[in-house]
Amino acid sequence: MTRHEIRFLLNSRKVILKDVPPERTLLDFLRLEQGLTGTKEGCAEGDCGACTVLVGRLSRGKLVYEGVDACIRFLGSLDGCHVVTVEHLKRSNGNLHPVQQALVDFHGSQCGFCTPGFVMSLYALWMREPFPSDPAIEKALQGNLCRCTGYEAIVKAARSFSSYGNVEDDLLLAERETVTAELLAMRDGARVEIGTGSDRLIVPASVDDLAEVLEAELDPTIVAGSTDVGLWVTKFMRPIAPVVFIGGLEDLRTISKQGGTLTIGAGVSYTEAFPVLSEHFSPLARLIDRVGGDQVRNMGTVGGNIANGSPIGDTPPPLIALGASLTLRKGKDRRTIPLEDYFIAYGKQDRRPGEFVEAVHLPLPDAETRFAVWKISKRRDEDITAVLGAFRLKLADDGTVADIRIAYGGMAATPKRALAVEAALLGQPWTREAIEEAISAYERDFSPISDMRASAKYRLLVAKNLLRRFHLETTGHPGPIQVSRTSEELLA
Amino acid sequence: MTRHEAPELNKAAITGGVGSTSRHDSAHKHVTGEAIYIDDMPVPAGTLHAYLGLSTIVHGTIRRMDLSAVENAPGVVAVLTAKDIPGENDVSPTGLDDEPILADKIVQFFGQPIFAVIAETRDAARRACRHAKVEYDEQPALIDIADADLKNARLVTKPVTFSRNDAAAAIAGAPRRIKGRIRVGGQDHFYLEGQIALALPGEDLDVTIHSSTQHPSEVQHMVARALGVPSHAVTIEVRRMGGGFGGKETQANLFAAVAAVAAKRTGRPVKIRPDRDDDMTATGKRHDFLIEYEVGFDEEGTILGVDYTYAARCGFSADLSGAVTDRALFHCDNAYYYPAVRAISAPIYTNTVSNTAFRGFGGPQGMVGAERVIEEVAFALGKDPLEVRKKNFYGVTERNVTPYHQRVEDNIIHRLVAELEESAEYAARRLAIAEFNTGSEIVKRGIALTPVKFGISFTATHFNQAGALVHVYTDGSVHLNHGGTEMGQGLYVKVAQVVAEEFQIDIDQVKITATTTGKVPNTSATAASSGTDLNGMAAQNAARQIKDRLIDFAADYYDVPKEQVVFLPGRVRVGNQEIPFPDLVYQAYMARVQLSAAGFYKTPKIHWNREKGRGRPFYYFAYGAACTEVSIDTLTGEYMVERVDILHETGKSLNPAIDLGQIEGGFIQGMGWLTTEELVWNEKGRLTTHAPSTYKIPLASDRPKIFNVRIADWSENTEASVHRSKAVGEPPFMLAISVLHALSDAVASVANHRICPRLDAPATPERVLMAVERLKAATAR
Repeated sequence: MTRHEIRFLLNSRKVILKDVPPERTLLDFLRLEQGLTGTKEGCAEGDCGACTVLVGRLSRGKLVYEGVDACIRFLGSLDGCHVVTVEHLKRSNGNLHPVQQALVDFHGSQCGFCTPGFVMSLYALWMREPFPSDPAIEKALQGNLCRCTGYEAIVKAARSFSSYGNVEDDLLLAERETVTAELLAMRDGARVEIGTGSDRLIVPASVDDLAEVLEAELDPTIVAGSTDVGLWVTKFMRPIAPVVFIGGLEDLRTISKQGGTLTIGAGVSYTEAFPVLSEHFSPLARLIDRVGGDQVRNMGTVGGNIANGSPIGDTPPPLIALGASLTLRKGKDRRTIPLEDYFIAYGKQDRRPGEFVEAVHLPLPDAETRFAVWKISKRRDEDITAVLGAFRLKLADDGTVADIRIAYGGMAATPKRALAVEAALLGQPWTREAIEEAISAYERDFSPISDMRASAKYRLLVAKNLLRRFHLETTGHPGPIQVSRTSEELLA
Repeated sequence: MTRHEAPELNKAAITGGVGSTSRHDSAHKHVTGEAIYIDDMPVPAGTLHAYLGLSTIVHGTIRRMDLSAVENAPGVVAVLTAKDIPGENDVSPTGLDDEPILADKIVQFFGQPIFAVIAETRDAARRACRHAKVEYDEQPALIDIADADLKNARLVTKPVTFSRNDAAAAIAGAPRRIKGRIRVGGQDHFYLEGQIALALPGEDLDVTIHSSTQHPSEVQHMVARALGVPSHAVTIEVRRMGGGFGGKETQANLFAAVAAVAAKRTGRPVKIRPDRDDDMTATGKRHDFLIEYEVGFDEEGTILGVDYTYAARCGFSADLSGAVTDRALFHCDNAYYYPAVRAISAPIYTNTVSNTAFRGFGGPQGMVGAERVIEEVAFALGKDPLEVRKKNFYGVTERNVTPYHQRVEDNIIHRLVAELEESAEYAARRLAIAEFNTGSEIVKRGIALTPVKFGISFTATHFNQAGALVHVYTDGSVHLNHGGTEMGQGLYVKVAQVVAEEFQIDIDQVKITATTTGKVPNTSATAASSGTDLNGMAAQNAARQIKDRLIDFAADYYDVPKEQVVFLPGRVRVGNQEIPFPDLVYQAYMARVQLSAAGFYKTPKIHWNREKGRGRPFYYFAYGAACTEVSIDTLTGEYMVERVDILHETGKSLNPAIDLGQIEGGFIQGMGWLTTEELVWNEKGRLTTHAPSTYKIPLASDRPKIFNVRIADWSENTEASVHRSKAVGEPPFMLAISVLHALSDAVASVANHRICPRLDAPATPERVLMAVERLKAATAR
């Protein structure tokens, strides 16, 4: 069954579109076609959050609202969703929403241009956490830039928004059942196809349908969260059609645990992966908190982060260090390879025509395995990696290194293991001396580049120092081994 | 009476008067998305869109420019090049004719606008730009001032020298001497709303432009020049900007000019809005500086003489670089007295975008130089830098003459710093930090307390004037207009408070209206922190004219002495009766009293002779101080701002809530400048940090973990400023210098504070780590 239109809810009304250019962004649709100008364009690359809107979607039958960057979200990917813009918040009696009133009262806006985006991010926070802690507020605002206020007033507003109203009285929550029913009614199990020739967008009905589509299409662009492909359009004006939007495929958004292996579907977003990773790989969960902002984590997927082959993707190095494998699928055929083998060279991956990344498998570590991953960037949050190091270690009973895997991002043209360093450490005692001995092997593993994020010299030094940090951490160094946003109290 | 509600006849106070914490007048519209920015305005049918084609080399001549494919691209209506500018192809704000709207033959930086495409949609215009075929003859270029010979480099404008007493002799004769240099990076404004203009062609020569500008009058003049028409044909309007910070003081000119030329040529409205990358590539930024210093001092840490060279990367044209580098020199003293000083500026020509105004306008860079010198002295003597700072503070009645021969008459830095030192528990925490550092191998802490003294007034004296227009309507409601622009700083509400206070009416009776050259002419830029000082006084002047007429009328009509006409909240007492304000206004109208006035203000006392480097350029100074504690990771250079305490003064604040927002926001913006905001040019001279993915301004999670900000409520302007308030736009920006010095203090701990870390800015994690490495290596030797 094929449908030639997309259907979604926009604030209070149903929208049916038959003419959807593959490259049309949600932001342009809102501003240019709908006259909904409350949502702003600040950067058109998903970094400033001025275009934040909420997108509601059904996840296992449950309606969830998430903040997304409308500037890099494609209109065609919204089939069966509920788009909520800032215009939806003010009540018909003229009263402001509690989040809005709090921002007004705490002087949380100055120039006001970023404000609608902050309102929407805070709105999403309010719905899931009406009494948020400061770390929760900061995390919720990682994807929103304000150049005027210095954020203090905005954070104060967030601390107090629940004194302006009860979350139970919120319109979206009150209408949850109606909206759920409307979205369910839109689900007809059909594949969506709009456009002709190569200028087409396709929304497969299922993963099996996706496999069929990919076998039939010649080199389409596969788009999950569009946090990367979105920029191809907004920044480089690259044509992406024919394009296949897979973000809505629920059966690609599965996480399962079988035996000693955790399997993460390629469509699982960072946000969805977070709780499971927290349970089994807490350092990885902390890393996820530093991938983009909330909007990007709601959109972006672990599968996409792997599939696009970037040398500075945040998840491949830790996954490689953890010994992950990757399942690729073409039609009904699947093959599973060690993740590190997927990355061949810069811009070149082991993905054959018609193939797509279906899932990543992670062996669960035993109690003796030590694991750490650290991301180094110019700005702590919502920045792209300068150097990212991941370490997995197992010591033998005699204290020597029985097994070690070290992988880095930002150090080569692909995510890459430090094989020479690993070899230098294997079988050695896990001591500071042995670490210092092995450090000299780094030059054999890596010759990083200099760019706007860091110099080659800094990258190499930090890569080495992260091994030193790992040693300190695993050997119970008495003092703090890194600066921290949340932990220890002040001195005096 | 046309009012709907009966006025309260015995209320004790108006709402929204001077000193109240009135919210931003647009706050309720900001949060709903109803506040209209230019890109949100409904456009007339037939509106076209312009997009700029940018150069792809850094320096050279255009050998051939083939734009036929651009012209033939879908949706393209016209393509403009330099020859299509009917008037002057120039937007130089200082009249040097060195800044073409569209480069003519010669390209001077990577990303310089060379043509403009006008098309049916913005997308079509943007795509069409890519079809240009341009061939260049490339020429050698200078990108970085570090590669320049500072003494003989080409300058974009005349440098300046400040000199008091014989600095060379004082340094030579001093017991101790140090020479050094510091690099201070530039900064992109990163206003959330980018540059934008919408030009609406009118009859005859007329054109009306909605421009996101801090300087409507200059845009008007530039557009008139570009079109070759009188200024009267051009009207510029701006209701609000989505941030300015100096980035829309002159940088809006080019966009408005292109839109206007295109609109007059096609006869259709034209909107222009570059995307973020082009905005950051093609518009000017804060100047980065290379500062060389030599200081002579005694064993106690008293500075005896100092010599500075402030070299700035100005880019390819002068723009405001002369005034910016001047202001750097005006702040090479910060709050310190130099018995002998020589400071020279070097506004250097480079093949980069022309740098421009940015909050502080060179002042921050000036102060960073001063604070480095303090730091050098402290390290040389093994003293706490704060001790050296205090030792060198300007005196109150002596040791109070600046390098430009103005006497500091309102010095309150001693009290501010003493209060902050105590409330921040500086001494105790410094000890605790030393103890922590002894026990912590990897993470080190640092603390610094730095002062700010910032001069208030445009140093170009003639800019210190302003106009306002106030109408009182017959229902007692008031229309307010003035030359200042609203970019988020709360100027509109503050000026409205001043007017409400004059008439003793509630602030919601004062309608704030968009700034337009048609109502108040010949205005100055809303810049130099001067917006409230100037426009508040002009509006007060207009209100007082009307008030005086009302008083005259009431005294006459009710036959009472003028002294018995008193404005009370919502009403006027005339003799022994009280008349609602609207009633009196209506009576005055019926008696044919003029209820509209144009107000004017010019700052008194100020004068400046640039040739001689002497005068009183500043009406007064604004003061503040900040104490910052940081932790750094000596393995990665990562850091955290643990705690910041600020004590800042705004005179008698017109609106403490708005002022607090300026202090907090200015500090965080300054912190970004000195920490994570790094501008990087590649070897081809192309800016590689041209979007938020690569250019990192602070986030909410970069705020200090503990952030105690106080306004010194005891302060009052010694000069007769508007209600004795002080300017607050720029001064708090420089409080962030404490972050740089706290980082430096933490770095210094790895060498037991024996070596000055000479940490350059921005102190990115990389620079912090490399400084740590340098100090460790020096200690190991």
